[in-house]
Amino acid sequence: MQASVKNTRDEDLIKVEDLSKYFSIGGGLFTKPLQLKALQDISFTVKRGETLGIVGESGCGKSTLGRCILQLLTPERGRVLWMGQDIAALPAEEMRKHRKDLQIIFQDPLASLNPRMTVGEIIADPLRSLMPQLKAKERRDRVIRTMEAVGLLPEMINRYPHEFSGGQAQRIGIARALITEPKLIVCDEPVSALDVSIQAQILNLLADLKDQFGLTLIFISHNLSVVRHVSDRIMVLYLGRIVELAEGDDLYDDPKHPYTRALLTAVPVPDPKRARQRTIDGLVGEIPSPINQPSGCTFRTRCRYALPICAQQRPPLESTGTRMVACHRWQELELQSGA
Amino acid sequence: MAPVLSVSDLSVRFHLHESTVTAVNGLSFTLDAGETLAVVGESGSGKSQAFMSLMGLLAKNGTATGEAMLGDVNLLALGNSALNQYRGRDIAMIFQDPMTSLNPALRIKQQLAEVLVRHKGQDQRTAERNALEMLERVGIPEPAKRAEAYPHQMSGGMRQRVMIAMALLCQPRILIADEPTTALDVTVQAQMLDLFKNLTNDFGTALVLITHDLGVVAGIADRMMVMYGGRCVEKGPTDNLFYDPRHPYTLGLLHSTPHVAKRAQRLDPIQGLPPSLEHLPQGCAFHPRCAFRFERCFVERPPLLPVEDVREKACWYQGELSYEEVA
Amino acid sequence: MLADRRIDTLAGAKAAPVVVVATKGRSLWMDAGRRFMRNRAALISLIVLLAVVVFTIVGPLLARWSIEKIDWSVMGAVLTKGNPSIATGHYFGTDEVGRDLYSRVIQGTQISLLVGIVGSLIAVLVGTIYGAIAGYFGGRLDSVMMRLVDIIYSIPYMFILILLLIIFGRSFIMLFVGIGLVSWLGMSRVVRGQTMTLRNREFVEAAVATGSKPLAVIFRHIVPNLLGIVVIYATLLIPEMILLESFISFLGLGVQEPNTSLGALISEGARTMQYGTIWQLAFPLAFFVVILFTFFFVGDGLRDALDPKDR
Repeated sequence: MQASVKNTRDEDLIKVEDLSKYFSIGGGLFTKPLQLKALQDISFTVKRGETLGIVGESGCGKSTLGRCILQLLTPERGRVLWMGQDIAALPAEEMRKHRKDLQIIFQDPLASLNPRMTVGEIIADPLRSLMPQLKAKERRDRVIRTMEAVGLLPEMINRYPHEFSGGQAQRIGIARALITEPKLIVCDEPVSALDVSIQAQILNLLADLKDQFGLTLIFISHNLSVVRHVSDRIMVLYLGRIVELAEGDDLYDDPKHPYTRALLTAVPVPDPKRARQRTIDGLVGEIPSPINQPSGCTFRTRCRYALPICAQQRPPLESTGTRMVACHRWQELELQSGA
Repeated sequence: MAPVLSVSDLSVRFHLHESTVTAVNGLSFTLDAGETLAVVGESGSGKSQAFMSLMGLLAKNGTATGEAMLGDVNLLALGNSALNQYRGRDIAMIFQDPMTSLNPALRIKQQLAEVLVRHKGQDQRTAERNALEMLERVGIPEPAKRAEAYPHQMSGGMRQRVMIAMALLCQPRILIADEPTTALDVTVQAQMLDLFKNLTNDFGTALVLITHDLGVVAGIADRMMVMYGGRCVEKGPTDNLFYDPRHPYTLGLLHSTPHVAKRAQRLDPIQGLPPSLEHLPQGCAFHPRCAFRFERCFVERPPLLPVEDVREKACWYQGELSYEEVA
Repeated sequence: MLADRRIDTLAGAKAAPVVVVATKGRSLWMDAGRRFMRNRAALISLIVLLAVVVFTIVGPLLARWSIEKIDWSVMGAVLTKGNPSIATGHYFGTDEVGRDLYSRVIQGTQISLLVGIVGSLIAVLVGTIYGAIAGYFGGRLDSVMMRLVDIIYSIPYMFILILLLIIFGRSFIMLFVGIGLVSWLGMSRVVRGQTMTLRNREFVEAAVATGSKPLAVIFRHIVPNLLGIVVIYATLLIPEMILLESFISFLGLGVQEPNTSLGALISEGARTMQYGTIWQLAFPLAFFVVILFTFFFVGDGLRDALDPKDR
């Protein structure tokens, strides 16, 4: 079933070009504010029907990227081509027309649901804003059908978010994102706040819904195991830049960027024998501040393969076939796989 | 050698307005010097509350019964001031969010030195010197400079190291770490786990690692204890439980965890939701979600019984545990 | 489980109508209500307050004298003949001119309560809308709106009010205008602050992401979550308004004769205390104090019940 979805429609659903986002921090009457470069020169495409995983640690900008794609934040530079049209700097009213097709699921289920509204009202809200032509009865029917699709009992329609557990609340969030039948859903750490057994339920649910409704997903997470499980292709971010983008299997079996390899070896695996055999490619030091980024390649301060050129020149994002890497030495380095 | 901690029949109850909730029910285990015991469970399993009770940190409406023998002292029988003799000195605890455990108004150096001054009676100068040494031990670069900082000036990983340093200053026999790496980046988490391994070797500290992350458990735990609904359902050496789980919940947890090296088509999640502690199911608490249940499970709760010498499980099912069978 | 279903669309116009028996939810307001009921002091205060309100409505039916009719029989001998007694019909006694204190106290209470509640209502309506808009849009609009509030705040309020009252004469309208002018300021600041906090909450972001227009976000999502703070602030504002009006009346600038307010009655009573006619001070003061205390306790109880920390 999955293969057929991929082949029939191979178009670029969304194309991001040179996206950059900066934040101004502090600054008073006499001092200039500091600039936090959250994202720089991000370029990639997402094909219809695929799941693109975006992974990285704190400060890498993955959540910011998700919000920039949806125009919940306005990028300073760059274009976001949604089905051919640039939505990057669209005025809010124009953007609203596209929101029916572009939705988001948030990390903290209880924080993303209005505590004063009932579940039914929350799920129906997108319909009220984006499909006002629907009558109340049609809205309610649709809400009930969506609740069933995500595994919620329709009898709970008049309950309030705080009466639900984390996993059920996340289903409400998913229902809300699903009800306008969007083409793309950005999932921002959708399972990070959930217990392990509930995580697995929600991941399965997302996979099922994706098949059922022909969705395209952008899956953002810091958990490499989860990202690996759901994604077709995976993009690795470090301090606001893409360091590597490849098919899931390729990324894992043959990482080309030292940071990717470090990430893969650091991920805890639920397998004691394997864990003991592993040599962790330990990174020295901590992630530099995004306000004061190192010159050249921002990863060089923690990279064991750094050369002088890495400090002088920022490595360009090179692409070969289905893979993109930003490293001066990627072709010469023989990095073992993440095992 | 005698175990450094021996807990029998530990129960923790919370008294609410209209009812009493039993968060931990009849927990028993031992802890040897230098070993790492992982306590695994999800929300509501009681894993955190069990150890909060040992440290005397339960909420006002909580009571703990049973025995927790640290040497020949029952920690649960001690009042607050008596417990202060042992807290921090013999048994220490670190928490998930270091920001809320550190005093934001004091410099790191002050907070660390204070521990030594109070517990070991050292003078300020000696205490500060020892504090700096410990900071170096836990891998904080330029400790003299960092020690002058305030907590909010440090990153999450640094703060967690400071917490560990603070906990280890008195060289406690037992260190309890409650989800210490959940809030950290994965690369920092790897460094932290490495640190734990070295510390248990160097100091002979017994480490209790409370977590829900099986990957972390596989990395550093010698033995593990799985909790569900306030009770222990399986207990034993880590390798045994990972490769040959004997309780359906353990099996379910293993199957729910995605493995970065393998991309499975679907995970096999455990159906249903964790139980509400106020309304635990009759019989075995796990039976509503269990794929291997039969009539006895509905009515009688299985006790924790030994299996092959080194391990224990609380389950009536005696057959082969594998998902292929059930499908 | 789900793989068996082949629903491709959620519209399902042709599908059979869905019949659902929905269970009732337990809203946060109900939780707060329950918490409030458990607070003995607040509950008792609420009952007492309601009793006072009922009294002001039912009381006049039992009055045997109007607020302005002078009882000539007590003239000159107020101390001996004007004291409280059921027989003469002056349940609370008379004031020094011979008017029935019972009716006057009831009227005074009515005025005070009215002033407090109307002042609070203006504050709620104007202040909430003003503050929510300033807080949500931020930027220059917020700066301008808040500077306006600062300017009005910094004007010596008493001075303006007294000026207004002298120029336009003492009347009910002027009183309400004066109080209304200032009561919304504090509320708008509180609401603005809360709005700015709520603006960053994820469910507000979700509302934007699901296509809500800014005004819809403010009034459907932000304001309902502000109501807790607003209710508490409003409840605690009422005694402030009453105190303000009483002070104005105490100065002699409040409502005109023959109407009266608790402040005016207390003012008179304080003056005549030296003659031994203590009831002229005691009754209005008692009502005044009871109203203030009950509002404070209820407000406190509301704050505990609606405390956001519980969430």
